[in-house]
Amino acid sequence: MTSSRTILTNARLVDPASGREGPGAVLIAGETIADVAWGALPAHPEGASVIDCGGAVVAPGLVDMRAFVGEPGAEHRETLGTLSEAAAVGGVTTVVCMPDTNPVVDDPAIVDYILRRARDTAIVRIHPAAALTKGLHGEELTEFGLLGEAGAIAFTDGVKPVTNARVMRRALLYARDLDALLINHCEEPTLVGDGVMNEGEFASRLGLLGIPREAETIALERDMRLVRLARGRYHAALISCADSVEIVARAKDAGLAVTCGVSINNLTLNENDIGDYRTFLRLSPPLRHEDDRQAVIEALAEGAIDVIVSDHNPQDVETKRLPFAEAANGALGIETMLSAALRLYHAGRIDLPRLLRAMSTRPAEILGLPGGRLAAGAPADLIVFDPDMPYVLDKRDLRSRSKNSPFDEARLEGRVLRTFVAGRCVHTLADA
Amino acid sequence: MTPPRPTFPHRHLLGIEGLSPLDIGALLDLADEAVEVSRQVEKKKATLRGRTQINLFFEPSTRTQSSFELAGKRLGADVMNMSVVSSAVKKGETLIDTAATLNAMRPDLIVVRHHSAGAVHLLARKVDCSVINAGDGAHEHPTQALLDALTIRRNKGRIEGLTVAICGDVLHSRVARSNMILLAAMGARVRLVAPSTLLPAGIGRLGFETFTSMREGLKDADIVMMLRLQRERMNGSFVPSVREYFRFFGLDQEKLSWAKPDALVMHPGPMNRGVEIASDVADGAQSLIREQVEMGVAVRMAVLEALATHLPNR
Repeated sequence: MTSSRTILTNARLVDPASGREGPGAVLIAGETIADVAWGALPAHPEGASVIDCGGAVVAPGLVDMRAFVGEPGAEHRETLGTLSEAAAVGGVTTVVCMPDTNPVVDDPAIVDYILRRARDTAIVRIHPAAALTKGLHGEELTEFGLLGEAGAIAFTDGVKPVTNARVMRRALLYARDLDALLINHCEEPTLVGDGVMNEGEFASRLGLLGIPREAETIALERDMRLVRLARGRYHAALISCADSVEIVARAKDAGLAVTCGVSINNLTLNENDIGDYRTFLRLSPPLRHEDDRQAVIEALAEGAIDVIVSDHNPQDVETKRLPFAEAANGALGIETMLSAALRLYHAGRIDLPRLLRAMSTRPAEILGLPGGRLAAGAPADLIVFDPDMPYVLDKRDLRSRSKNSPFDEARLEGRVLRTFVAGRCVHTLADA
Repeated sequence: MTPPRPTFPHRHLLGIEGLSPLDIGALLDLADEAVEVSRQVEKKKATLRGRTQINLFFEPSTRTQSSFELAGKRLGADVMNMSVVSSAVKKGETLIDTAATLNAMRPDLIVVRHHSAGAVHLLARKVDCSVINAGDGAHEHPTQALLDALTIRRNKGRIEGLTVAICGDVLHSRVARSNMILLAAMGARVRLVAPSTLLPAGIGRLGFETFTSMREGLKDADIVMMLRLQRERMNGSFVPSVREYFRFFGLDQEKLSWAKPDALVMHPGPMNRGVEIASDVADGAQSLIREQVEMGVAVRMAVLEALATHLPNR
């Protein structure tokens, strides 16, 4: 049996890896990209099915380095299946899922379980990140070697910061021998205390206790020192303020193998969006002041921030329909990440190749995955999207099993028309 | 015949924020009348006859709850007190479910106190009746601010132009927050006096003068409003010790002498004598503390009356 061929014609190609953008067509053969024809039509192979993109953008599928899933243990919030459907709708073709499950992903058998469940139920590529410490307790290292062999793509304690500096130092040293990637949520819990939102005027007005930026910058600065001491590959999961941008930039200048990410929420929302105690906007790191949002947008456009993540965190009624200070952190994000990110493009803050680079090429590079490129030989993980198509988000349309989207009823511009994973079309917009 | 009153344009009283100076003035006028009613032998009016008022308290309270109970009863309402320490909430029921359950019993008014900021707003969105905030976390306590304003107005004849020093645990105090908003809206000069560990971040940018010295903060003050040091809420060490706090921030006769000679002393209660206030000041000639309690009932009657025009089940 010959592999199936599909040709995407009449497209506006965007290759974030090379920064190239222009009209053209893409030929998919089986699971890979066989040809990318810039300008001219490629030789039209016999028997290929043709999809006319009508001038829409064709780009590599998005790679999301941070999503939470309820499987195993909290399937009522999200399963690998529902997560992957939400991802496909959002144009995300590769998802790194966090180890904060029940049981925690700290054993090779659980990595294996997730990969098997993903194979059987998910329609996009799923890569589990394993816990950095056993049980996420922050004390004993997990089996980086065995977990890596089982298929863990990185090591992180998810929403929990590694607070013990000695543990972090040893983890970096040990991971260096295996060339494993460590990801930390940078937050000093003693400075967070009972804080529930960004510290400042707005928190004081709402009578909520604040979290200072220093809770993030102190933890981040500590990790930079430890990376300098131990070397090893390190990724700061989420940074949210100007000072953090500067700390990471200094470490990069010093030649450390350090990268960082930013949540789509911190790029597109600020603390004022909490408004009348909206718990869907209770996040970690918290939504910051507008000045911080502007700083992270700038850092993203300059390439100082490497990746954008959805920080997708499904929460249900029991954890969100509560007074603000009692609600859980987290918001959905994977389905709306691209649409929300396009706000920055429409506002003229960043061009399309750079924006997509932070959601495909860079995360693929950091994770050591072959995707994120629009080139012959790359996996045929592709998205077709209309960057200008407007819509109003209705939470009933969300594929995620939970509904805690901060963009409910928001006007968004830019929508995914088709998503291909390994050459197979896994999502087609109904009215496209 | 009294002239028709301007109707109170709000269905709930969730905070001072959102009230206009006109709204506040109207409530204080109504409260002045309620003071007269409460001083008569026959204290009962019929404004809320047939109405049901539920006092839903998620935090223990003696004076606020009894004050709301008396206010409701003097207006003829049937008042039910629901203390949540012994209720379904302990069994895991959410605030929203509690609200829905109570709502199904068709009350006309719910008075709510909750330990979380914003909880009363959340509840108000889920019920059909009028909701009065009796204190939510460190956010607002609107009836306390109104009763303080009434006390000041009756003793000083005005609020505008007065210098009011609010002293103590501003960080954790809903009383401070509501008072700051109300007094500023009515044209008073509001000062906050506390050690920096008890001042909320960014409070200076909201337009309030802050002082970390009582001597400077009380200078030329017309009103000295003391706050309870919320010891039970402090999980960190905001101040090193009670005796150090009293030495530098506790209101005694000496510190009071730094304010204007005719300055008046207020405290929302319950007082920690010897912590934030000395007994001789609390019981002294310049103290309005007991009058505040009387005004509390009057203000709550005024609020209930004002909301009466918006009640459901008509």
